[in-house]
Amino acid sequence: MKMPIYLDNHATTPMDPRVLDAMLPYFTEKFGNAASRNHVFGWQAEEAVEKARKQIADLIGATSKEIIFTSGATESNNLAIKGVAEMYAEKGNHIITVATEHKAVLDTCKHLEKNGYRVTYLPVRQDGLVDLDMLRGAITDKTILVSVMYANNEIGVVQPIAEIGKIVKERGVLFHTDAVQAIGKIPVNVIRDNIDLMSLTAHKLYGPKGVGALYVRRKNPRVQLTAQMDGGGHERGMRSGTLNVPGIVGFGKACEICQQEMPEESVRLKALRDRLKDKLLAELDEVYINGSMESRLPHNLNMSFAYVEGESLLMGINDVAVSSGSACTSATLEPSYVLKALGAGDDLAHSSIRFGIGRFNTEEEIDYVANRVVEVVRKLRELSPLYEMVKEGVDLSKVQWTTH
Amino acid sequence: MAYSDKVLDHYNNPRNVGSLDKNDPNVGTGMVGAPECGDVMKLQLKVNPETGIIEDAKFKTFGCGSAIASSSLATEMLKGKTVEQALEIKNTAIVQELSLPPVKIHCSVLAEDAIKAAIADYKKKQSALQASQPVSK
Repeated sequence: MKMPIYLDNHATTPMDPRVLDAMLPYFTEKFGNAASRNHVFGWQAEEAVEKARKQIADLIGATSKEIIFTSGATESNNLAIKGVAEMYAEKGNHIITVATEHKAVLDTCKHLEKNGYRVTYLPVRQDGLVDLDMLRGAITDKTILVSVMYANNEIGVVQPIAEIGKIVKERGVLFHTDAVQAIGKIPVNVIRDNIDLMSLTAHKLYGPKGVGALYVRRKNPRVQLTAQMDGGGHERGMRSGTLNVPGIVGFGKACEICQQEMPEESVRLKALRDRLKDKLLAELDEVYINGSMESRLPHNLNMSFAYVEGESLLMGINDVAVSSGSACTSATLEPSYVLKALGAGDDLAHSSIRFGIGRFNTEEEIDYVANRVVEVVRKLRELSPLYEMVKEGVDLSKVQWTTH
Repeated sequence: MAYSDKVLDHYNNPRNVGSLDKNDPNVGTGMVGAPECGDVMKLQLKVNPETGIIEDAKFKTFGCGSAIASSSLATEMLKGKTVEQALEIKNTAIVQELSLPPVKIHCSVLAEDAIKAAIADYKKKQSALQASQPVSK
């Protein structure tokens, strides 16, 4: 077993060696600019980009022309939301999104609010899913865009995207989804789900960092966007800038591998995830799963280990790379807003650990991680005044704490 | 974030973990912080009634590694001091000893607060004890 063990595959994934092999020639001998129209260097690059465009489109049920390359999902989210807001400003000024979205969506919406747009942030239910009736009720004549992530990056819950797509389409509103966590892991189809815009990135599916895409629907309806960068008019005028050819080649290859391997791989990942979950639940008391277990990515597990603070738990399992919703592990010193949105209480957010299992993890690693977590949680509970109080029968919710 | 060797040492080998009898009149108990803030420290000290010296100290902490290390260190600092000397312990001494980075200074502040709370509890118990005893002429 190679140490340390990487179980943080929602943050990023290691690149698949097959992806790297596909990319390498495009750094050196095939270095052309895909926009060079009159020599072989340009043609080679363009051909490689078009092949990748097709590989990506195939994975999501789109056509090649609907794929716009970007630098990553943050840019894709910005382009989709700001691009639609500006293009359709005459139609309306209202956008609907969800409280548990990634910051690249939430902060883009906040930016638009400063420019006079109105944004509704839908709450989620305790299982992390959007309430469809609440969504229906939020759509007005002024609504131009609904943006709901496909799967959440912290708790892995998969939103009812097909139902949302149907509701949004019936109201003649555009539907954007940030699908970075779902793509390549579960079947996604833009036709079935009535998706108009979709953000993608390569580095969450064993491709390189620094390359992403935005799916922009061309038929029923034909979606238009205001470009957010001025320049050479690449990518149907929606995103200027010389294409990152090696990155795009890698992105395409990564999508192709995911499409081929998803049926078996998703079953394998789910088995590993359930093995980890079952071991932890069997060995420890007062462990809570955050978010729906029914509508969830196969490789995600997010658990709160009550009376143990997340950062101290990470410190104890220092040969395992995972992440926590604890305030101490965040740059803002605030506990995870996603977990807070579930309404479970800040104390459980502080005690949460996110496990993201990936293509290269083994059963041996999962067993090792489960044992380490059990060992460290037990040790830290021996140290925890809260655990001691609960064992003495004290109701923590009735204690007068000195909030600081 | 990288932890200092001293934080790691206290985290891996916490000193004086445990609880003292909170009903003992010579024991002072301080509990500070809140679960929703991500840290709660319980710090206890036991004063020898003959010498007035803190002869034992125990802690339990729910919190990050730096919070655990701060309270572990605090129990070490308390032992052998008089109550008045213990009141002089400043959070900056903990920051220095553990090389805490700026974002972890609040852990040391919490440890100082826990010491003060434990001493206040001890003094309250002692004055209640004296009030209930017959005054000797």
